[in-house]
Amino acid sequence: MQAGTLANYLRRGAIWGFIVLELIFFSIAGEYLAITDKAFMDAGNMLLLLKQTAPLGIIAMGMTIVMVNGNIDLSVGATFALAAVILLDSLSWPFMEELGDWAIPLAWTFALAAGGVLGAINGLIVWKTGVDAFIVTLGAMLGYRGLVFMYNGEQPTSHLNWTLVDFAEAQFLGIHTATWFLLGVTAVIWWVMNRTVHGRNAYAIGDNREAAVNAGIRVGPHMMINFVIIGFLAALSAVVFYSESGSVNPNDGELYELWVITAVVLGGTKLTGGSGSIVATFGGVLAIQLLRKGLAHIGADTSTVNLVIGLILIAVLFLDKQLNIRAKEELKT
Amino acid sequence: MAAALSRENIVGFLARQGILVAFALFIIGFTIANDRFLDPDNVLGVIRSSAILGMMALGVTFVVISGNLDLSVGSMMSFSTIVVLDLHDKIGPTLAIPAMFGMTLALGAFIGFLVGYLKLNSLIVTLGMLSAIHGLTLTYSGGKNMDIDDKAGTWFDVFGQGEIVGIPVPILIFALLAAILGIALAKTPFGRKVYAVGGNGTAATFSGIRRARVVFTCYLISAFCVATAGLIQAGRSLGSQNTVGQGMELEVLAAVILGGASLMGGAGTIFRTVIGVLILGFIQNGLLLVGLQFYVQYVVTWIIIILAVWLDIAGKRGRLWSPIA
Repeated sequence: MQAGTLANYLRRGAIWGFIVLELIFFSIAGEYLAITDKAFMDAGNMLLLLKQTAPLGIIAMGMTIVMVNGNIDLSVGATFALAAVILLDSLSWPFMEELGDWAIPLAWTFALAAGGVLGAINGLIVWKTGVDAFIVTLGAMLGYRGLVFMYNGEQPTSHLNWTLVDFAEAQFLGIHTATWFLLGVTAVIWWVMNRTVHGRNAYAIGDNREAAVNAGIRVGPHMMINFVIIGFLAALSAVVFYSESGSVNPNDGELYELWVITAVVLGGTKLTGGSGSIVATFGGVLAIQLLRKGLAHIGADTSTVNLVIGLILIAVLFLDKQLNIRAKEELKT
Repeated sequence: MAAALSRENIVGFLARQGILVAFALFIIGFTIANDRFLDPDNVLGVIRSSAILGMMALGVTFVVISGNLDLSVGSMMSFSTIVVLDLHDKIGPTLAIPAMFGMTLALGAFIGFLVGYLKLNSLIVTLGMLSAIHGLTLTYSGGKNMDIDDKAGTWFDVFGQGEIVGIPVPILIFALLAAILGIALAKTPFGRKVYAVGGNGTAATFSGIRRARVVFTCYLISAFCVATAGLIQAGRSLGSQNTVGQGMELEVLAAVILGGASLMGGAGTIFRTVIGVLILGFIQNGLLLVGLQFYVQYVVTWIIIILAVWLDIAGKRGRLWSPIA
């Protein structure tokens, strides 16, 4: 019994142990292999790392709640792109230009609302038709990407607003704007999942849908709300990122869904639903970004990053399975 | 009562044959809109350009019926294409082709081992392999595009550009592969086992079917199909980017789902997958012929996939709307 809880403890702490290992490895390896003289654990470097974690991290928070609920969303990359196009395009609408800087909050509202609506469409289809979320969002991944192209053809959409850039590049208390958004979203979603009825019901539905139904939980609306949340967060991620860069290609955000799911699974969330934690997801996105940055630091190219992340994902799955088996055997004795 | 019954019959019929009905409607619609649509050259052209996606879909059909997923086929196709092009100049085409098939099958065996024998979740394993194989391809090619040096002096292009009695070779290979795999799935004991494992894995195990071995074989078949697709792709262009198959895994899955294979496993046929592939190909072509941009097909595909699966489910449960509260 005690060893069972030990396995549990190991599993929960694993992602943070992995992060510490990464930090130690890259700091030491960096001494010998680094291209630059700068230390890996430099404060500025770490702050930048957090900032670069933000776009995927914000979406990953939404993916966690959707996966805990027993669903999945493959359309986040396309939603991300569509929100970005709406943000940048709306800033150059004639009546928006007359508004001056007041156009900015309005453009943000448009983009975020679009994200929420796209999420709601997915949620409504999953709820009302009973088609598996994997298929619904796989279709939406294509469909929403088509909408991005239909909006502005194959041209990039650009609009540089300096007030917006200044806001995105600001460092309040030394921490970048994007990082503040990531931390804020993490805190809010943590609160939603652990302190609200909706969050508890989401866990219950993911764990055992039939039992949840019998307990009088209405499954549909909860799934719908979660899809709205992830759509909104995909748009928020785009809004934060493109406020700074000011230009979006219609192909942007492709494969984001796969990166996000990788991060969430690394954090220990189960694809079958009912189990997962926001804090561990935060660890997951951090671990991936550390790996990317660390490998770049010691001079490895992007191909190595892909290879290593893929193998780590499989290794994590394998170890998790072993720990699960052991915990079950110990419960029996 | 009679009205309800006939309505259920209609729903049932649509669910069973809806995809064929939709296919027929599309063909009729596009033929009316543009008389070049049913031109033999156009039809052959569409099937030819669908062949690569189609071959990959054949293999994935086996994997899906056995109750698993394969998201790694896109990366794997890039891998086979790059490898065969690279080896073509190094050891000659006659040796390059078996070498490439061997390497691709080894990747398939690795995935099959993880999913079949170690019983790991196939979605995550193949998601990991999508990334890992992509990395492998980039490392192999050093990040550069791969080209055959002497493009005029090789017979290698026969796989992508050749014709036998007026029919392009890619179509012939696709048809041959579909016929063999279709028979293997529908008429052999192995095919029965694939359905059994996907339909109810526990029951299959208790009736003496070696589940791990069946799943393993399905991934080998998938890898073989991917290798063939890579061969066609390489022969067609005689040069390729590292990312030639990127994103195809989800298009392949879309075609398989459109063909009516259930993601839960246990249902689907090779014939219907071929129909699914052709629908995607002809929609794309038809929309282009009536003068729409290529990206309109994405939106149309979205609507069709959801309608197809929805009708399928609605037919099985006997009511249109889901019972989810």
